[in-house]
Amino acid sequence: MPRKKVRLEHAVEYLSILDKQGKPDKDLDPKIDKDTLLRMHRTMLLSRRFDEYQLRWQKQGRIGTFAPAKGQEASQIGSIAAVEDDDWMVPSFRETSVALWRGTPMTGLLLYNAGYNEGGQIPEGQRDLPISIPVASQMNEAVGIAYAMKMQKKDRLVMSYFGDGATSEGDFHEALNFAQAFKTPNVFICQNNQWAISVPRDQQTPSKTLVQKALAYGMPGIQVDGNDPLAVYAATREAAERARKGDGPTLIECITYRLSVHTTADDPGKYRDEEEEERWQEWDPIPRFQHYLNNHKVLRKKDIETLEKEIDEEVKSAWDDAEEQMKSLDDPLVMFDHLFEERPAYLEEQRQAMKQYREDHNG
Amino acid sequence: MAELNMAEAINLALKQEMEKDDNVYVLGEDVGVDGGVFRVTDGLLKQFGEDRVMDTPLAEAAIVGMSVGMAMAGLRPVCELQFSGFSYFAFHQLEGQAARMRWRSRGSYHVPMVCRIPYGGGVRALEHHSESREAYYAHTPGLKVVIPSGPRNARALLLSAIRDPDPVIFLEPKAMYRAFREEVPDEEETLPIGESQVARKGDDLTMITYGAMTQHTLEAADKLSDEDGIEAEVIDLLSVSPLDDRKFTESVRKTGRVVVVHEAHRSFGPGAEIISRINEKSFYYLEAPVQRVTGYDVIIPYFAREKAYIPDVDRIVAGARQAMND
Repeated sequence: MPRKKVRLEHAVEYLSILDKQGKPDKDLDPKIDKDTLLRMHRTMLLSRRFDEYQLRWQKQGRIGTFAPAKGQEASQIGSIAAVEDDDWMVPSFRETSVALWRGTPMTGLLLYNAGYNEGGQIPEGQRDLPISIPVASQMNEAVGIAYAMKMQKKDRLVMSYFGDGATSEGDFHEALNFAQAFKTPNVFICQNNQWAISVPRDQQTPSKTLVQKALAYGMPGIQVDGNDPLAVYAATREAAERARKGDGPTLIECITYRLSVHTTADDPGKYRDEEEEERWQEWDPIPRFQHYLNNHKVLRKKDIETLEKEIDEEVKSAWDDAEEQMKSLDDPLVMFDHLFEERPAYLEEQRQAMKQYREDHNG
Repeated sequence: MAELNMAEAINLALKQEMEKDDNVYVLGEDVGVDGGVFRVTDGLLKQFGEDRVMDTPLAEAAIVGMSVGMAMAGLRPVCELQFSGFSYFAFHQLEGQAARMRWRSRGSYHVPMVCRIPYGGGVRALEHHSESREAYYAHTPGLKVVIPSGPRNARALLLSAIRDPDPVIFLEPKAMYRAFREEVPDEEETLPIGESQVARKGDDLTMITYGAMTQHTLEAADKLSDEDGIEAEVIDLLSVSPLDDRKFTESVRKTGRVVVVHEAHRSFGPGAEIISRINEKSFYYLEAPVQRVTGYDVIIPYFAREKAYIPDVDRIVAGARQAMND
């Protein structure tokens, strides 16, 4: 028997709609309505300024370690804006822009970053999962939720976020394989920000693209300019339609860049040069989007100035609210809450012992 | 002799052993260019090159599984899992392969590897970055669990761990990485795995602890001496498994009063095993019920409240007084 060729489809598409200066390819422009465009821009800008304030507050010791989303706003907003509010959203740990879009108040995010478990509570009505830190660990839950939606015949899909590093974890491959095997309504958003802490994308995997990993599972995938909110939007829209039609999951690789630190505990000076950061700075998604909006007369320079002022006030007042809330959160006994529906006797005993100890020692 | 903190002391052990033995390899996430997120492996890449200091892709199971294979084939891998909270991605490799290979192959193979894992709270970190789950590993037959408490013993224990013929889980209390400096001799120094140390001598009370809690317990012992005139003997276990019960048995038979201190959860924690050994070997010497000062049976709260979870000097003193007054 001779050796035979097994034919495989190997091509993946790359989609980019805006050029570097924010000029769109007219044929590809998804023609998003004005209100949505304005909301997308506002949330991206809010996320950026919120990150900047938080970096300052972290240095001052007001909040703890956190992972800024800076540079990835288009990947996050372009994708989440393309689905419905009652679709599910499963984040990893850097999805500030997505959280803001979904309606998570900044005060909640601040409480989380200041070390209060209260910040993990999901606002009423939001179908979001809490932040999940172990890389790729949340992806199989996204598949399970999607399968439940399918079984319950709900027209809902599941957005799931992760980074380039996640594609090396077993959980990523298991989730993709399950999703395609059970044709679940999942949209997997891989934010390839080029760095997994100190490990560059090329060292993470020798694969030419990350999206091609979908092909191994028979899943459609597309690579997009992740700093182009229109391209991310258009690709997500397509994936969402596929999911809603019952045609299963899609992997979207957003090519973007982490313009800031991995977390505030990290020093990128140790492993990457500033030149690279400057090169990517030119592709900053916010000015690009602003050029587009400006050229299409959706947003004028003057509007941006007004908006900046508004956002500044909003962020500062979120801190004031968070600070006010923290004053009433000094009771450590809450650590015994939310472990089970009903607190077992041994835990109640420990809780009482802590209470007694604190009373005896003026705690 | 240099004054080193624990991160530097562990770095020294790695460097010296890599110089001495070409079979020693270091692998893990961000251990090379970045020098590790706690800078424990800083400088190793430059000195030994990327074949021996491997910045791996982000995959804990592969890091451990690959280490098992390397060890079986004659190398001495020292892998790092970035935080203990991420070590569960590799649990099946540790439990199903590392711990069983010698047993399953009836001695045909063995796995001389070290898995270094920062663990424990007290550094204002995020979720999954503060747990003390040493019991998972100590409960696994075939694994040794070593937990240093300071620079000098960390260096000496790591050397022994690398030379050990079997897999060693080397848990590094991250709150101790830069907590204090200590004289660490330049020349090689080892400490046997499975042997505890008397960190402070005393006749009135035995305090058994390990890891980051050793410092708190020593402070508590000083306070008890100053305020109550109680002289406590502090046993620093250094290995949780194999558990050295000879030293604390001797001490308990002398004092008759005991407090066990650990950061790990209370139920099914290492304290439960320690107290069982006391019951088995020293029951008739006891003057009072043994006290436990531990973390609670809840997931360690986010950092704003972690202090209330982690045993501190005052809680340890209160536990000790209880053991004295009963």
